[in-house]
Amino acid sequence: MVAVRARPNRLVSPTLRRHLPLALGAGVVLFLLSTQIGAYDDYNLAAVAIYAIAAAGLNLLTGLNGQLSLGHGALMAIGAYTASLLLKDHRQFPVVVVLMIAMLSTGVIGIVFGFAAARLRGPYLAGATLTLAVALPQVATRYKSIFGGESGLTVPQPAPPAWLGADFPPERWLAWIALAAAVLTMLLLANLLRSSVGRAFKAVRDDEAAAALAGINVARTQVLAFVISAACAGLAGALFAYWSGITSPAGFSLALSLQLITAIVIGGLGSLAGAVWGSVVLVFVPLLTSGMASRVNLPSSVADNLPLAIYGGILVIAMLVAPHGIQGALRRILAIGRARWGHTPGGGQKGVVDWDDPAPDT
Amino acid sequence: MKRVMGGSALRIRAIAIVCLTGLLAACGTSGESTSGTNTASAPGITATTITIGSTQPLTGRAAPGYSEISASSNAYFQYLNAHGGIFGRKITYWYYDDGYNPTNTASLTRKLILEDKVFAMFSALGTPTHLAVVDYINTQKVPDLFVSSGCNCWNDVSNHPYTFGWQPDYTIEGKILGQYIQQNLSGKKVGYFYQNDEFGLDGVKGLDAQLGASSVDSAGRQNYVPTNTNIGPQIAALQASGAQVVVSFSIPAFTALALLGAAKIGYHPIWVVSNVGSDVTTLTGLLKAFSQGKAGGQLLGGMVTDTYLPLVGDSSNPWIKLFKGIHDQYVSNLPWDGNVLYGIAQAYTFVQAIKAAGRNPTRASFVKSLETTKLTGGPGLAPLGYSSSNHLGFLGVQIAVIAADGTVTTTGPVYTSSDSGPITQYNGSPSTPPASGIP
Repeated sequence: MVAVRARPNRLVSPTLRRHLPLALGAGVVLFLLSTQIGAYDDYNLAAVAIYAIAAAGLNLLTGLNGQLSLGHGALMAIGAYTASLLLKDHRQFPVVVVLMIAMLSTGVIGIVFGFAAARLRGPYLAGATLTLAVALPQVATRYKSIFGGESGLTVPQPAPPAWLGADFPPERWLAWIALAAAVLTMLLLANLLRSSVGRAFKAVRDDEAAAALAGINVARTQVLAFVISAACAGLAGALFAYWSGITSPAGFSLALSLQLITAIVIGGLGSLAGAVWGSVVLVFVPLLTSGMASRVNLPSSVADNLPLAIYGGILVIAMLVAPHGIQGALRRILAIGRARWGHTPGGGQKGVVDWDDPAPDT
Repeated sequence: MKRVMGGSALRIRAIAIVCLTGLLAACGTSGESTSGTNTASAPGITATTITIGSTQPLTGRAAPGYSEISASSNAYFQYLNAHGGIFGRKITYWYYDDGYNPTNTASLTRKLILEDKVFAMFSALGTPTHLAVVDYINTQKVPDLFVSSGCNCWNDVSNHPYTFGWQPDYTIEGKILGQYIQQNLSGKKVGYFYQNDEFGLDGVKGLDAQLGASSVDSAGRQNYVPTNTNIGPQIAALQASGAQVVVSFSIPAFTALALLGAAKIGYHPIWVVSNVGSDVTTLTGLLKAFSQGKAGGQLLGGMVTDTYLPLVGDSSNPWIKLFKGIHDQYVSNLPWDGNVLYGIAQAYTFVQAIKAAGRNPTRASFVKSLETTKLTGGPGLAPLGYSSSNHLGFLGVQIAVIAADGTVTTTGPVYTSSDSGPITQYNGSPSTPPASGIP
């Protein structure tokens, strides 16, 4: 967004023209998909969209700017609590307003943390953001009268507008909101990454000294990456509050931050599409195994832990098979295919995959 | 020709069956609707099955002890299914692990209702977890029976007409524990150690109502959050406050931590522990695990608690004989403890409720029946409170004391109460289970 302000002409640049049809196409496909599936699948589709927003933001920070954050779950919590506090006591606000305010408030916190983050490197940065993930949920427990303590704050599910009919599943409406937010976020991020700002992000990640010599303000770039990333997390957090119907400390534990890291690593570091693949894995793999405990005929000490063990196993295998994530594997398959069929004479070097490059699609 | 003949004969037979079914259904509705044929009367009910679902902490910090509950309920349903089911229907019980995380509960509850299409939710465990979904379940008009939590939030008939509690609510429990302290430990300084959520706060509400809010000063009111296992400071504060009796509304892991923390600093108050945090087998295991074998069940000697079911260790009790037999047959890999008893007893009450609702219930008629038909003859020591204005489960408890060797003995009569009313002695006599073990 800062990029737009800095260079207004980017709004009509070829980049936008390239990404806009893709985003519209994805929007139409997802819309059609959401109307063809059941309410529960819509609900899961919404979850994928929400995780994808947060993971895309994190991927921008970690994959493209080289700053590892273990605190994105806490940033989501800020967005979620902002939304929940706005909607407390049956107050009515349009969804768009709630989402914008949650994004802004998390972005502001992101500025504060971004300044701290810009001074820290590697494990120290990871440690600082880890503090955020561990400490922030405790604030909710400490100030129980405001944040509702362990039990948290309940959030009413957004009601579908009347013109959609009385029988319209609220899960589908939720999916539409989340998908619209996700497509829009991806479009903005894709544009940003194709701009000079995106190139500055990567330059800072690859070599800070060289980037500084090239005239890039390293600290400013890092703070900017953190703020954009935090705003994405805030948006995802607010949607998450609507989605789960409850905002409580247990929902934003360290595990959530680690799940987001899992999503971008499994999906493909540094690529927006990778964030989407990772989110699909994050939502659907646990669902496949969740019912197992009550269906397998094993001692419950084994059966109870089986879903988690299988989930962990799948992640390990995925990393062994596709060390550059799902997006990396897809690109490699494409590259091999091209080399074999000779469609693109120049791009056929076997094994050379530019997995760092942001995906041109959303 | 033959085909035409066959077709018309078939049609006549079909008409006959339809008429007969209609007749039987008419008979059924006029009486108790216990005779007739099974129909798919509601989502989750077919002619041969009833599907119900639950969210449970099978892994994570609330799993020790509590993860046994759903497997034990399932053991009772397997026993029921092996003995012909209820109205000829077998019960399918699907329970998912939410790890005590409300976000997971929200997602998995929708899976159960939207995808698995369960007839009812059963025994969903946890106060913060179930609070996340209670509105949703009620807007979907799905019966939400026997929430495994003593929060009095489940007794909210106007906002949550489909939700019912089961175990005594923590406020009633707190009042009756408070009465015991007044009667038997009078003159001793009292302190509280409680979980800082609805569970602990409801318990404290009952204690304060009985003992008087001013009888315990702020130094004697220490709480914990389940995400922080360092409870040393709180225990030291209780010791410093001079409390000689500590009432603990804690889950098993935190009861064990509190006992160990107190033992470590040479603090030996009389512990009065809420039912949910006092199971001897679970606590002994946790004490051993947390202390790497240095401590164990000996720390439980003298602990005061309460019960609303026959005691786990009372092998002469007919309910315990029946339930222990089911445990031994179906879930013998689990320890025979209070959580297993809880799960089986809850399942028994559920089958009582299904039976009372008649052969072909709808979701609404099932809830209506639970409000209007008194469920009696179950394993509980106190009566169940269900009516059109009350969705509380067991209305009272009996005090029990744990001896140094781990045996538990009940003492005094069963008392019943309500959140605001007085405590009264219950004089009903305990029931015995039917020979079949099925209501």
